[in-house]
Amino acid sequence: MDVNVDLTTIWAFIIAFAVFAYVVMDGFDLGIGILFPTFEVGPERDRAMNSIAPVWDGNETWLVLGGGGLFAAFPLAYAVILPATYPLIIAMLLGLVFRGVAFEYRWRDPGHRRYWDAAFTGGSLVAAMAQGMTLGALLQGIEVVDRSYAGSWFDWLTPYTLLTGLGTVAGYALLGATWLVWKLDGESQHHARKLGKRAAWATLVLMGGVSLYNVFLNAEYAERWLTAPEIYFAAPVPILTAVIAVMLLRALSVDRHSKPFWLSLALFFFGMAGLGVTMWPYVVPPGLTIWDAAAPERSQIFMLVGVAITMPLIIAYTAWAYWVFRGKVADEGYH
Amino acid sequence: MFEQLDALLLARIQFAFTVSFHFIFPAFSIGLASYLAVLEGLWLKTGKAIYLDLFKYWLKIFAIAFAMGVVSGIVMSYQFGTNWSVFSDIAGPVIGPLMAYEVLTAFFLEAGFLGVMLFGMNKVGKKLHFAATLMVAVGTFISAFWILSVNSWMQTPVGYEIGANGQYLPGESWWDIVFNPSFPYRLVHTVIAAYLTTAFVVGGVGAWHLLKDRTNLHARKMFSMAMWMAAIVAPIQIFAGDMHGLNTLEHQPQKVMAMEGHFESHPDGAPLILFGIPNSEEKRVDYAIEIPKASSLILKHDLDAPLAGLDTIPDDEEPPVGIVFWSFRIMVGIGFAMLGIGAWSLFARFRKRLYEWPMLHRAALVMAPSGFVAVIAGWITTEVGRQPYVIYNLLRTADAASPLDAPAVAASLLAFVVVYFAVFGAGVWYILHLMHKPPHAGEHGVKRGDTGPIRTAGITPGPSQNPDDPDTLPRDHEEATDGR
Repeated sequence: MDVNVDLTTIWAFIIAFAVFAYVVMDGFDLGIGILFPTFEVGPERDRAMNSIAPVWDGNETWLVLGGGGLFAAFPLAYAVILPATYPLIIAMLLGLVFRGVAFEYRWRDPGHRRYWDAAFTGGSLVAAMAQGMTLGALLQGIEVVDRSYAGSWFDWLTPYTLLTGLGTVAGYALLGATWLVWKLDGESQHHARKLGKRAAWATLVLMGGVSLYNVFLNAEYAERWLTAPEIYFAAPVPILTAVIAVMLLRALSVDRHSKPFWLSLALFFFGMAGLGVTMWPYVVPPGLTIWDAAAPERSQIFMLVGVAITMPLIIAYTAWAYWVFRGKVADEGYH
Repeated sequence: MFEQLDALLLARIQFAFTVSFHFIFPAFSIGLASYLAVLEGLWLKTGKAIYLDLFKYWLKIFAIAFAMGVVSGIVMSYQFGTNWSVFSDIAGPVIGPLMAYEVLTAFFLEAGFLGVMLFGMNKVGKKLHFAATLMVAVGTFISAFWILSVNSWMQTPVGYEIGANGQYLPGESWWDIVFNPSFPYRLVHTVIAAYLTTAFVVGGVGAWHLLKDRTNLHARKMFSMAMWMAAIVAPIQIFAGDMHGLNTLEHQPQKVMAMEGHFESHPDGAPLILFGIPNSEEKRVDYAIEIPKASSLILKHDLDAPLAGLDTIPDDEEPPVGIVFWSFRIMVGIGFAMLGIGAWSLFARFRKRLYEWPMLHRAALVMAPSGFVAVIAGWITTEVGRQPYVIYNLLRTADAASPLDAPAVAASLLAFVVVYFAVFGAGVWYILHLMHKPPHAGEHGVKRGDTGPIRTAGITPGPSQNPDDPDTLPRDHEEATDGR
């Protein structure tokens, strides 16, 4: 793997960071949505919702940065991936519509609360599944001719993408459950830990399945995971993932605070690193590298200035907002 | 129903539908965020509880409007790629960075501080809370700045180079791109429009409650504030709109020709067509009521100045005249009606009848949604008026679409229509429900966690109250009756 550090590489890492931030941050929001039906109607649901109400909007903004950043830094990739996965993207957007408004509507309309709770779950599930399937569709390869998507509009639907979709749903559920272990106490926390264990097993099995499938999906992917010298770069990823997995399962049995959540985050980090190893240097496998799709240097520099100035501020005030709402969610919610 | 429609037309309908729906919410939340900042600032400065009550009253409405704006906005940020991929590829190097700046400088700011603004009053203290409110208000403005810069660049593209691969690439100066010729005018006109839209909503709600109880001090305060806004800002908006129109004449003449209904050139003074029915096939305006030479006076400040008409433009570069002609008149008509309400309110204030003139209150109530109609009509004027181009004189809309099959776009359009009407219909209903409740002392903010059994029973009538003195009301008045 030849890694030149140029502007395009820096931008690839910035987009990857935005996607990772989105996946873990909105991941626990969506995960709580996915798990919502298992919570008791009443205080338990209210507290689960209250634990993310002040932060979900900021979390979702990372999705706009991922999409907008891709548009700005790799316009050709944006222009190819979105038409290729058109039904998935539309489904995700509509799922996010239902999920987002449910935060407000369920408090406004007690008579129909169960419908908005269902919209919250349905929207979260559809969005998570669609995101995972979009990732799968990207990894399995997108046909590009003449700077344009050249496949048909159901190419994305394969057993592989169903597997990546389910893996994402399970992973988000894990993040959501471990977040609730951190933010809740008493009976609800016990419930969240039980859910966390199940979600952890499901995530690990599906992650393993996707990893194995990757090796058979594409000869080039297999080469970089299974042959020297690439294997020396690649091998630490699965090894560390396994270590994290063991620690996570142990923590879910004993810890009552944030540790399972941080370990789930680490699991996602190494999953993402594995994706990086698999895809590099392609932004749209099998044909477009990040350099093929990159915006010109002037665009990259202009935006890099903006990122360098704003990103530390964004991280600072986002951290502050989380700090304001720290601690266990009390019974009476926010006043 | 969709058999005869091709993928391009469907994609255009989908974009028009989703962007029109989306813009309703920011048109309201840009103004409302600033109004909330003003109310909280006045509360901190004067210590008067009435400002805090009004802040909390409108905060609940803002929370719903903002959520609808966010979810419909995310759709827009992806729709460039899903449905207009050729445009995204070609124009991405120029407009992509501007949109990335919108995310970095506006969306994160709004979203990051929104949680504190909605739920954090008792956690961070008054001053930090006010800072959070200000950040949200500033964020809405910065968002408008960048996205209007993008739109304006597509109307008046400058500062670009054409790359070997056909992409438009940024030239040497980003300043030229960001501050392209139509941007300052469009920014001022649009932001003022958002303020006016909000002022008329606030004024309409105040008027509604004054009609029911003209002694309600909270209703009086919001009505008075809104009418000051209308009286001061409506004339400014008409002036700004005129400047914007002159800028359009300079850079996009055929848009103005369509707005004016000028099919023919007028070498010695063009008439101002007040009404009429544009007949594109015969290239004339039927049943026109016109003022001779007035159009030249407005556009050129000279009665006899020549004005070119659509006869100077090749047929395949003309925008659809009928839509532009009518939407422009709707916008202008509403603008002057707003001016009229503002003037009436000044007269009422002078006569000391601002709170005792039911006709004025009814008129303000009727005008409550007028801002939304005006901004949508204005956008239709400018967006349809630049057709057939998506990037003016450079890229035709017909050449910009994604390679999608018509059934795919038909299905997504249908899904958007069904979901938007259901979801945003419900949201608007909830907002109207909140507006229906009279503002009162001891208003509570956005609260979560009605875990007790009391507040699950729906709406129950409140205890009797003395409306002349809101401070006599118990502080937890609405907590017992809110019903959430």
